[in-house]
Amino acid sequence: MTEAWLFYPMAIVALGGALGMILARNPVHGAMSLVLSFFGIASVYVLLAAELIAALQIIVYAGAIMVLFVFVIMLLNLNEEDLERPRLTPGTIVGGAAALAFWMISFMIFSDLPEQTMPTELPEGFGQVASLGRLIFGSFILPFESTSVLLLVAMVGAIVVAKARI
Amino acid sequence: MGSVPLAHYLALGSGLFAVGFAALLVRRNALVVFMGVELMLNAANMTFLAFSRAHQTMSGQAAAFFVIAVAAAEAAVGLAIMIALVRNRRTLNVDEVDTLKY
Repeated sequence: MTEAWLFYPMAIVALGGALGMILARNPVHGAMSLVLSFFGIASVYVLLAAELIAALQIIVYAGAIMVLFVFVIMLLNLNEEDLERPRLTPGTIVGGAAALAFWMISFMIFSDLPEQTMPTELPEGFGQVASLGRLIFGSFILPFESTSVLLLVAMVGAIVVAKARI
Repeated sequence: MGSVPLAHYLALGSGLFAVGFAALLVRRNALVVFMGVELMLNAANMTFLAFSRAHQTMSGQAAAFFVIAVAAAEAAVGLAIMIALVRNRRTLNVDEVDTLKY
C-alpha cells in the first residue's frame, strides 16, 4: 500500500501552501502558494478515488479561478503602500485563536471516532467520468440545471458590477 | 505504513478549513480574505470526497462537482465587486469598506 506514503507528504504540501497564502504579505505570492495548495489537495483527491474531481480541481481551481485572481491583482495594480502592515490588534488575536480553537475541537472529535479504515473494494468505475456523468444527469439533474442558471446569473452579474458604463 | 484511516482525511479537511477561516478573520486585504473563502470551500469538498470513498457511494462526488461550479460563479462575482470597490473607494482594506455600517 502506497496510500500513506503519498497522503502525508501531499497533506503537508496542501497545508503548507495554505499557510503560505495566509502569511504572504503580497497577494500575488499568496495566490501562488494557494495554487501549490490546490495541487496538493488534487493529489489527495486522487487517493480518494475521485479522478474526475481531481482533474476538475486542477483545471477549474488551479487553472481558471487562480488565473482570474492573478489577473485581477495585476489589473488593480496595487502599490507598496496599499499592502497591509502586519500588526497585532485584538481582532487579529481573537480571529487567530478562534481558527485554532476550531481546528483543535474538530481534531479532538476526529480522534474520538472509532478507527474506520477505508474500504479496499470499490464499485466498478468509481470516480470515473462515465459513472459520475450518469449520476449527475440522472438523480442530480435538478441541481445541475440550477447550477447552469446560477453560472449564467453570475456571468451577467459580474459584467454589470465590473463595467464602468453599461 | 498502510492505508490511511478516514479520520486523517477529515483532520486534513478541518485543518484546511481552519487556515481559510483564519485568513477570513485575520487578514484585512479583500483579495486574501476571498482566497480564504475558496480554501474553505475546498476543505468542504475534501470532507465530501472522504465520506464518499468511505461509504462507497458517488453522491459525495456529485456534491463536490456542484461546489466547484458554485465556487467558480462566486469567484467571478466577488472579483467583479473588488474591481468596482477599487474604482469607487480606492481601497481593498475590508476595514475601510463600512458604508453599510453607519
